[in-house]
Amino acid sequence: MTGLLANIDWGDIAAATRDTLAMLAGSLLLTIIIGLPLGVALFLTAPRQAWASRAVHGVLSVVVNVLRSLPFIILLIVLIPVTLALVGTSLGVVGAIVPLVAGAAPFFARLVETALREVDRTTIEAVLATGATTRDLVLRALLPEALPGIIAAATVTAIALVSYTAMAGAVGAGGLGDLAIRYGYQRFQTDVMVVTVVLLIALVQLLQMLGDRLVRRFSRR
Amino acid sequence: MIVLDGVHKRFGPGGAAALAGVDLRIARGEVFGIIGRSGAGKSTLVRLLNGLERPTGGRVVVDGTDVAALDAAGLRALRARVGMVFQSFGLLSSATAAANIALPLRVARLPAAAVAARVTELLGLVGLTDHADKYPAQLSGGQKQRVGIARALATRPEVLLCDEATSALDPETTREVLALIAALNRDLGLTIVLITHEIDVVRQVCDRVAVLATGRVVENGPVADVVLDPQHAETRALLADAGEAATTALRFAGEVVRFTMHGAEVAAPVISRVARATGTDISILDGRIGALRDTPYGQLTLGLAGGDVAAARALLAAHGRVA
Ligand SMILES: Nc1ncnc2c1ncn2[C@@H]1O[C@H](COP(=O)(O)OP(=O)(O)O)[C@@H](O)[C@H]1O
Ligand SMILES: [Mg+2]
Repeated sequence: MTGLLANIDWGDIAAATRDTLAMLAGSLLLTIIIGLPLGVALFLTAPRQAWASRAVHGVLSVVVNVLRSLPFIILLIVLIPVTLALVGTSLGVVGAIVPLVAGAAPFFARLVETALREVDRTTIEAVLATGATTRDLVLRALLPEALPGIIAAATVTAIALVSYTAMAGAVGAGGLGDLAIRYGYQRFQTDVMVVTVVLLIALVQLLQMLGDRLVRRFSRR
Repeated sequence: MIVLDGVHKRFGPGGAAALAGVDLRIARGEVFGIIGRSGAGKSTLVRLLNGLERPTGGRVVVDGTDVAALDAAGLRALRARVGMVFQSFGLLSSATAAANIALPLRVARLPAAAVAARVTELLGLVGLTDHADKYPAQLSGGQKQRVGIARALATRPEVLLCDEATSALDPETTREVLALIAALNRDLGLTIVLITHEIDVVRQVCDRVAVLATGRVVENGPVADVVLDPQHAETRALLADAGEAATTALRFAGEVVRFTMHGAEVAAPVISRVARATGTDISILDGRIGALRDTPYGQLTLGLAGGDVAAARALLAAHGRVA
């Protein structure tokens, strides 16, 4: 039968979708776990902040900028030895997570730093004036005040990760990107391409909607 | 309670001095005003008192402790004993009124039950019991500042610092918030340092006042002395800003005197008595009857003509100050 979706193997699609979601979930979680403290550190070491240090801020900044300036496809290849050393394989969902996090965490950290800078300076001083430690300041003031901004940052990062996972597919990570390249592009199965693209678009839409809803839920201004 | 000795503050090397040798003594239990124009160094001065800023010279002593010598832990302990209120409130927009007030108590690691009890008490003190669960965005300016005051008082400090606490509020709300501040001073014996650029604020609540101009104290004393008999041009200028200039006096063809009464004298029929006794006609060219905290005062610019002008001057001087 040469129907409209003749080349589609729904089992493959389901498996690829699962892989994409697994890569996204795993890498987003790790990105937040690493990127959030990194963003806080970038903020606190900036001039006039609690840990103001030109040296530390400078080093963190350079590391973040270097990782952000590499195109993700290059990062994928450059990091293969690191990935092998860390998780034993550079293939599949597990192998993809290292470069995904390396690409997304610095990006997320910068967005977190920007969100923290939006916190009203007087509010920070008022909290310090109560005798707060830096830890109190971060946990009780900076993060709660910046929460909508941080959620928006996580949303943008998650969407960037969706596109990264598709690229990671090209170097053996699996997922929808892999499917699109192997069948849709290399074997000219346009219907496979269309289905994967539609699924990726739906995923991005879903993430954006979820993010927007959460931002609204936590905005008190 | 608070002693400043030759305090200097310079922002960054080569920067202009925000404070250039300030000496001040603020007594326990008084409301001390610091007035000056924008950029005079008022905020810098008050921020030295809780270590938000460090002096580049001189000594800042609060309740016996040298603020500049404190380590981080010492500074935090001091800040629990010194509350601060800000012009733009500085409330957490992500926290309710109650949670904002609870912040210093949580920072002080009080048990949850004690925090809840104290917050309830503070909400009552500032008249916000019905607004406990509102977020700052749902409160008026006056209500926000009440939350700010309650937060500043949470840890039962001995000193309250107010940096332009009423400058963002309308006149009516300003009066209410100042009345609250005066009541806190009276009822809790709180020492209050109040920064403002409005002489009316000084009149309404302060016991003593220092006038700050470009990083120096140019005049300093009881409010009645400074407001009724200003010595420095800067003080006169601040009074003039509030509409105190006697311009009509310039057009009077006779002797012009500035007559100041303070206390019970204000209600006495001084002018008609003087006029009757001396046969001098008295014109009121400019004037103001008001109160310095709770004490009435009157300050009039009078034109004297005819009769025995010298006797009229002398008689006036028996009831107040003539200049
Ligand atoms: N953090 C800072 N960095 C550099 N200059 C500052 C800083 N804070 C205040 N200044 C300067 O110090 C002077 C006094 O400022 P401030 O104390 O805020 O005055 P006021 O509160 O009386 O308006 C101003 O010239 C201001 O520009
Ligand atoms: Mg100021």
